[in-house]
Amino acid sequence: MEHIAIIGNGISGITAARHIRKLSHKKITVISSETDYFFSRTALMYVYMGHMKFKHTQPYEDWFWEKNNITLKNGFVTQIDTSQKTLVFSDGEQLEFDKLIIATGSKPNKFGWPGQDLKGVVSLYHKQDLDAIETFAPNNSVCKHAVIVGGGLIGVELAEMFHSRHIPVTFLVREQSYWNAILPSGESQMITNEIRKNGINLRLESNLKHINADENGRVKSIVIAETGEEIDCDIVGLTAGVSPNIGFLESSGIETNRGVLVDRNLQTNIKDIYAIGDCAEQRNAVEGRRPIEAVWYTGRIMGETVAQTICKKETQYTPGHWFNSAKFFDIEYQTYGWVNSEQHLKPNEGHFHWMHPDHNKCLTIAFDKTTQKFLGINTFGIRMRHEIFNRWLDQNQSIDYVLEHLQIAHFDPEFYTTYYHDVLKKFNSEYNRNLKLKKKSWSQIFTLKS
Amino acid sequence: MKTLRTLGLGLILAVSGLFISLLFMGQYTLSSATFENFITQNNITTSVFIKDLEQSVVDKEFSTPFYLANTIAEAVESANTYHKANKEWAQVIWTKPHSLAYQMVKSSGTGIVVQNKRRLWFLSFGLGILGALLFMLPALNLKGPPGIKNNHIFHSSATNRGWIAWLVFTFLILFYLVLYFRPSYMVNWIYLVDPISESLSGNPASQWFLYGFLYCVIMTVMAVRMYIKYRHNKYQTLRTTSVLFFQIVFAFLIPEILVRFEKPWYDFKNAFPLDYDFFFRWNLNELLESGGFGLFILVWGVALTLVIVPVMVYFFGKRWYCSWVCGCGGLAETLGDPYRQLSSKSLLSWKVERWLVHGVLVFALLMTGLTLYGYFAGTYEVLGIKVQTLQDIYGFLIGSIFAGVIGTGFYPIFGNRVWCRFGCPLAAYMGVIQRFKSRFRITTNGGQCISCGNCSTYCEQGIDVRAYAQKGENIVRASCVGCGVCSAVCPRGVLKLENGPEEGRIGSSNILLGNEMNLMDQLQDK
Repeated sequence: MEHIAIIGNGISGITAARHIRKLSHKKITVISSETDYFFSRTALMYVYMGHMKFKHTQPYEDWFWEKNNITLKNGFVTQIDTSQKTLVFSDGEQLEFDKLIIATGSKPNKFGWPGQDLKGVVSLYHKQDLDAIETFAPNNSVCKHAVIVGGGLIGVELAEMFHSRHIPVTFLVREQSYWNAILPSGESQMITNEIRKNGINLRLESNLKHINADENGRVKSIVIAETGEEIDCDIVGLTAGVSPNIGFLESSGIETNRGVLVDRNLQTNIKDIYAIGDCAEQRNAVEGRRPIEAVWYTGRIMGETVAQTICKKETQYTPGHWFNSAKFFDIEYQTYGWVNSEQHLKPNEGHFHWMHPDHNKCLTIAFDKTTQKFLGINTFGIRMRHEIFNRWLDQNQSIDYVLEHLQIAHFDPEFYTTYYHDVLKKFNSEYNRNLKLKKKSWSQIFTLKS
Repeated sequence: MKTLRTLGLGLILAVSGLFISLLFMGQYTLSSATFENFITQNNITTSVFIKDLEQSVVDKEFSTPFYLANTIAEAVESANTYHKANKEWAQVIWTKPHSLAYQMVKSSGTGIVVQNKRRLWFLSFGLGILGALLFMLPALNLKGPPGIKNNHIFHSSATNRGWIAWLVFTFLILFYLVLYFRPSYMVNWIYLVDPISESLSGNPASQWFLYGFLYCVIMTVMAVRMYIKYRHNKYQTLRTTSVLFFQIVFAFLIPEILVRFEKPWYDFKNAFPLDYDFFFRWNLNELLESGGFGLFILVWGVALTLVIVPVMVYFFGKRWYCSWVCGCGGLAETLGDPYRQLSSKSLLSWKVERWLVHGVLVFALLMTGLTLYGYFAGTYEVLGIKVQTLQDIYGFLIGSIFAGVIGTGFYPIFGNRVWCRFGCPLAAYMGVIQRFKSRFRITTNGGQCISCGNCSTYCEQGIDVRAYAQKGENIVRASCVGCGVCSAVCPRGVLKLENGPEEGRIGSSNILLGNEMNLMDQLQDK
């Protein structure tokens, strides 16, 4: 029986294992040195905040793996012998495979800051990071101050975590406004305000110079590059992005760049060895996407895809229209299609922006200024229906069509106030138009499903 | 703000102390006049019993209700044993010993509690409500801006099965045991609500009036907590208002007022088979003897179960009842809300749930079937089974132990919907309709799920919501009561409760939205 070894038990590796099991009776071994069982790393923050226990982050009960004949192996692969098709573990043990899937995910970026490896410097990616945060910041008497470096999604999560334990937070962000390389300025400003409203000391245009240690080699303070200011702290969170976790592949003969280089079938330069998820780098990026995408659902899609290739026939990684979501303190964010920030605006990309008077809800619709084609939407504080936007993007609908039918894409819970009349009013006055909101109908929401 | 909270907590603790010490207060004397009156009114003919009590109880003063109640109950039992041995059936007292004891004890109270009903009501209920509000209201400020704030739920002893939870568990269990089986022990609490009962129905309070009143008070106070916690969520605030309305108006006020007008006590929203004694002989007789109004209740009760419930479940799912109308649901969604995360999500629990809840439904239907057969055939025994025995077993096991002692007592340990999930026959009945013939579903939003598990953790019914959401499948489950909290706690806007066309309601796909790989080739392979 063919033996499929999967290194990494995150969403990509586990999705691959599950789908291979659905499609075949092949022998499957999933290897991890992080945890015994698959857990959702996106939920680590909720464990620290007390919303959940760690076991709640595990989507499958422990018996699931044996029942589905998926072997879980706790071990750390140090070497891959591609000619002998053998894995070598840190304890010297060896494991032969017929096909290998590398799904080792990411590791947090560290940019060579002095002091970056001190005790009390943490990130938020692995289960071990959660344990370290719990050790260094159990409460606000042990941890009197926290500093977070790097203004992405993980930085906000970490800020929210410390905030939940009433630990004062200084949040260093390189940009002039939070996440403004990704978000249009109105939205970026709104989230900047949201972070500050929650009592986080957000320091824009601030970079880390170095981290100082106390006599025990623990974090004592940090220094801001721009001002030379020293800030005392007991924990430093580094959240300046992630990069593929592929150090162990050196000298394996598997071709890498920043990530493991794969073709559209997710195969590496070596036959029968595949790479999926955060650690994979497309030789030629899928149109409109980056060659490395450290996103939950792309990992899942790659897992689904590679299972088809291994069990059925060569299948290309074909993610559809871009979408994503996040939550910034109390403001939920969803995006469908592409809405670029001012810095990365595409030629001809126009934006229509609507903001609720309370500044806690807004949306931005991107469209082609010549053809009026709808390109994408960002919503904050309003939930939208993925399926509908996917369909509208497929159909190349115009911004007019999208605006008139927003009610159909509405996904907030029942009885919530909708703002689409206001949105249209603003659009009509801004562009001197006379669009009218169409009423929601079930047939439009559901029947075009296929 | 923190001071207010501490003050509130202090008041709650002080009032709890008062409530407990109240149990031991006052004097109890069963006067010979009251006793004789009771004997005549209840047609008690056993001289053994009368003599026994005349010697041991009548005109004697007791300092707690416990000993008095036990003495009376024992007298009933020993008299019954004597008469049964002599086959003197007419002399046997058929009322349950502690029900009879309760009635006697209730009319023998004297002293501090009986004389200060209103003042003590204020000190106990009044200050208790004030304390609870003081404890909860600061959350508006302390817990930050509106939004999901489930911080530290699993760090708190009260909500993570710590010692506080076990303390509350013990208290609730004891409360229900006393309420159902030793009501005289809490007679002093019942005195306190006499004035309210008298102003509503004209009668002094019974233990059930106390329970109903307490239920309304607790739901109201805990609804305030819900209004604060979910002030950003209209579905939750409307739902809370709805259950509160139906509890106070339909389950509490209307029945009491009906009694004032000498109509049968009836809760118009309590549908059979949750209302398991609706078809019992005594109830049918009472309704039929109450003229046109009784007949109306009879028709309404039947229509509620056979027409209104299924039609509403078809259009809205069983949530219209369980999370918007029902009293048990109302308590679970207010008092029980802090405990929703404790329900078990294991597959094993689901299996147990299906056997148990449908088992209770079958039991209820069988019992009712035999009861009705017996009623129309004019017999007390059907197929060699005494209908009364069956009813007693159901009333004891399901009506009291399961719905009450376990149903509410288990809140702090096993979550707030133990009864609704594992025991309620009405929920089982609606669940079958919801699963197979309804427009209700929880829609999963394409590929947005990140498997974080908030939805599953906070599902009071123990549904592993994430298992569906991460596969892009809609959630169509018999047990879902549509509380909407999975949708509320989802950080990525993945879940929406909605009623739509039945077609494609369950819909599942192997490959989630967002993945456009061509599966047509593979389909052709097959």
